[in-house]
Amino acid sequence: MSESSLKAAKRPRTDMPTQPPMERIRNYLEVALGYTEADAMAEAGRCIQCKKPLCRKGCPVEIDIKGFIGQLQKGDLPGAYKVLRDYNSLPAVCGRVCPQETQCEGECILGKNPEKTGGPVAIGRLERYVADTFAARLAAGDSACIQLTGEAACRMERPELRVACIGGGPASLTVAGYLAALGIKVTVYEALHEVGGVLVYGIPEFRLPKDIVRREIDAMKALGVEFKTNWVGGKAITVQELFEEGYKAVFIGVGAGLPQFLKVPGENSIGVFSANEYLTRVNLGRAYDFPNHDTPIFKADNVAVIGAGNVAMDAARTALRLGAKTVSIVYRRTKDEMPARHEELEHAIEEGVVLRCLCGPMECLADENKRLTGLKVQKMCLGEPDASGRRRPVAIEGETEVIPVELAVIAVGTRPNPILLEATKGLKLNKWGYIEADAETGETSIHNVFAGGDIVTGAATVISAMGAGRKSAKEIAKRLLGMDL
Amino acid sequence: MSYRILEKKVLIPGQTTLLVVDAPHVAKHAKPGNFVILRTSDKGERIPLTIADCDPEAGTVSIVFLVVGKSTAELNTFEEGMSLPDFCGPLGKPTHIEKQGTVICVGGGTGVAAMHHIAKGHAAMGNQVVAIIGARNKDLLLFCSELGSFCPEVLVATDDGSVGHKGFVTEVLKQRLDEDKNISEVVAIGPVPMMEAVAKVTKPYGVKTTVSLNAIMVDGIGMCGACRCTVGGETKFACVDGPEFDGHTVDFAELRMRLGQFRPQEQESMALFQHKCKCAEGK
Ligand SMILES: Cc1cc2nc3c(=O)[nH]c(=O)nc-3n(C[C@H](O)[C@H](O)[C@H](O)COP(=O)(O)OP(=O)(O)OC[C@H]3O[C@@H](n4cnc5c(N)ncnc54)[C@H](O)[C@@H]3O)c2cc1C
Ligand SMILES: Cc1cc2nc3c(=O)[nH]c(=O)nc-3n(C[C@H](O)[C@H](O)[C@H](O)COP(=O)(O)OP(=O)(O)OC[C@H]3O[C@@H](n4cnc5c(N)ncnc54)[C@H](O)[C@@H]3O)c2cc1C
Ligand code: SF4
Ligand code: SF4
Ligand code: FES
Repeated sequence: MSESSLKAAKRPRTDMPTQPPMERIRNYLEVALGYTEADAMAEAGRCIQCKKPLCRKGCPVEIDIKGFIGQLQKGDLPGAYKVLRDYNSLPAVCGRVCPQETQCEGECILGKNPEKTGGPVAIGRLERYVADTFAARLAAGDSACIQLTGEAACRMERPELRVACIGGGPASLTVAGYLAALGIKVTVYEALHEVGGVLVYGIPEFRLPKDIVRREIDAMKALGVEFKTNWVGGKAITVQELFEEGYKAVFIGVGAGLPQFLKVPGENSIGVFSANEYLTRVNLGRAYDFPNHDTPIFKADNVAVIGAGNVAMDAARTALRLGAKTVSIVYRRTKDEMPARHEELEHAIEEGVVLRCLCGPMECLADENKRLTGLKVQKMCLGEPDASGRRRPVAIEGETEVIPVELAVIAVGTRPNPILLEATKGLKLNKWGYIEADAETGETSIHNVFAGGDIVTGAATVISAMGAGRKSAKEIAKRLLGMDL
Repeated sequence: MSYRILEKKVLIPGQTTLLVVDAPHVAKHAKPGNFVILRTSDKGERIPLTIADCDPEAGTVSIVFLVVGKSTAELNTFEEGMSLPDFCGPLGKPTHIEKQGTVICVGGGTGVAAMHHIAKGHAAMGNQVVAIIGARNKDLLLFCSELGSFCPEVLVATDDGSVGHKGFVTEVLKQRLDEDKNISEVVAIGPVPMMEAVAKVTKPYGVKTTVSLNAIMVDGIGMCGACRCTVGGETKFACVDGPEFDGHTVDFAELRMRLGQFRPQEQESMALFQHKCKCAEGK
């Protein structure tokens, strides 16, 4: 790194404008407002355009980060967008929800010595800026292809080449967008009444506005992708039937949505929700707008959320927005071990979420009507490191506490949903019940049936699900079109 | 995609209605015991309703519902030719049907409709089906003649004695169990207290008893746990592990409590809906 380039980078990271905490907990609007043009140019200017960019290796789909930021530095927004789109079909989403600190930004050279450099380039924020700004500048008459690929025109439609995707989350959407741009006819079968997977039923509006997901889906529709909602793979249609109907390949992207519970007494009390139920009611069912929307959720003054990942943060911040006075995150380990994105954890704390670390849930206490009254927890301390290298929480004998709450949300992970898997004969699963898929192509034990995303890896990230979708899409295109891409 | 209503039959005015819905892929795969989840508008709640009958050739599915709150009241405003925005199914595990001899199918209230599809399945398998149905009075009895077309016996109980036995279905059931020691299974579908009572009656006889749990549901595909019930001391998801379970091991008290979870919100929603209807009528 030359002296002059280091100087260029020495400015601290450009802050993301946000809604003030006390204001935003009273609405359901997006918290992070997005860079202005000046912010974006200032931040792009911090990137020193390394000869050997380390950042790229941190991104699961190896986006040419240097390339897109380079275009932005030159003021070429469409050029920057084109680079992103070559690797990532949902840049506006990833810019918002990727755990950048452990991925791209975690590797950026400027992060190695933050006192001197001002910290890593805010790659995610720039990615969001490029995607949002490009979309906003698209003229009404521009083709969907521009939005999906950055190119003016896509290939001619090839309606005889049909591919089905089961599940409508980021993995399948990537397959659909990629293949549609090549002229292949894709049908997406989604069990719920809206497409988007976790992006619509899980991640709240205040973190990922649903309009952004809808924009992408509309563009795919314009390219001929057909979305069949309310279709449960394995129930309303089987993989075999899809082939019988003339589909040449099937991609399975059904996610890992089966909620895990704690298996503690009282867990079926009224007021104890899985994070999936809580978030699905509020996001998919728009229960934050009850009774204008019909799906109910009840408000509670005191809420505990068990777990400390993104899902837990989303649930905790949702509870605040529904009017809770105190919301605690109950976690067996300490703040340092919390798996949530840094930004989410920080935002949660700013908003007043209380961290109750070193507490393991023991029992859900309820009144005679089975309504939750409190969460009994076991106090813990950190012991020896376990196999994962993290220090294991150990119970402190006899030290328990009752946290008075009327609502508890359990966010301690998910498992694969077996509906489709059980209905698909010959589909090989691993010992945890996830689909076994080829690491290079995503092909499963059944010829021309591919799988990717959480149903293969277990709960992971949006970008890794998309990366898997992309690999399969390439292989499918190669087989159907006979070309190497 | 939307789902057209091909036929509407008001079974009990203002209370119970049958809809025949055009949904070929659901009809093709539906088995007795399955249910659908539908919404009445793009702001609607996802509500589960049992498939009361289906015709794979015609591509239709019949549902019968009781108006109890906002969503069912709104559903009751749909007329022939109108379409439902969402109709998802078939969901749930189908009823376990095997050739086994004599099966008693007990239905109460709207549950008779759901029971009808199951009884039909048993009859098609070659089982002798005894149907026992109950209602408050003669005018509220459902599916009596339909059941008669394939059940050699249809026993009726009404609260007021306007037809059949005066009293509860459980009394008729008990009598039947006393008379006939060769009953291989009892299936009961209806209000929770009725299913609970049936399970209580059959217990001493040691007869296998199947009940269908109408827990509150959201997704209906195992992804939320809203529908969890305790069966045999274990937590089960009614939508994917059921909805049918061994009636002798179900924790009915818990189910009853959980069904009341959102009562205040449900009342608020219904009051608002009724108010809007009145305004629309210009009152
Ligand atoms: C609350 C929450 C917050 C998260 N936050 C982040 C974050 O900030 N950053 C990040 O990178 N990741 C985050 N994740 C994880 C990320 O969302 C997932 O890893 C990603 O969505 C997986 O994508 P997928 O396509 O594999 O599956 P999903 O997004 O789970 O989509 C699967 C879809 O398949 C449908 N489906 C299931 N079964 C069937 C069937 N039988 N037939 C038809 N359709 C079916 C489901 O309804 C769903 O729509 C979060 C997850 C949750 C739950
Ligand atoms: C597997 C299954 C099959 C069913 N089959 C039938 C049927 O064939 N005919 C019929 O009339 N009813 C059936 N029900 C019950 C039906 O789903 C409820 O009556 C309906 O959801 C009530 O909605 P509402 O808005 O009109 O009333 P609400 O005012 O919302 O509720 C009235 C009562 O209905 C129950 N309920 C509310 N929301 C739900 C929900 N999302 N899921 C389940 N129950 C709920 C609660 O106990 C509540 O107190 C079935 C339920 C299940 C789980
Ligand atoms: S997709 Fe995610 S990890 Fe990759 S560059 Fe963008 S923000 Fe970073
Ligand atoms: S490592 Fe950081 S400074 Fe280097 S090219 Fe990547 S983003 Fe720019
Ligand atoms: S309704 Fe969601 S798991 Fe059964």
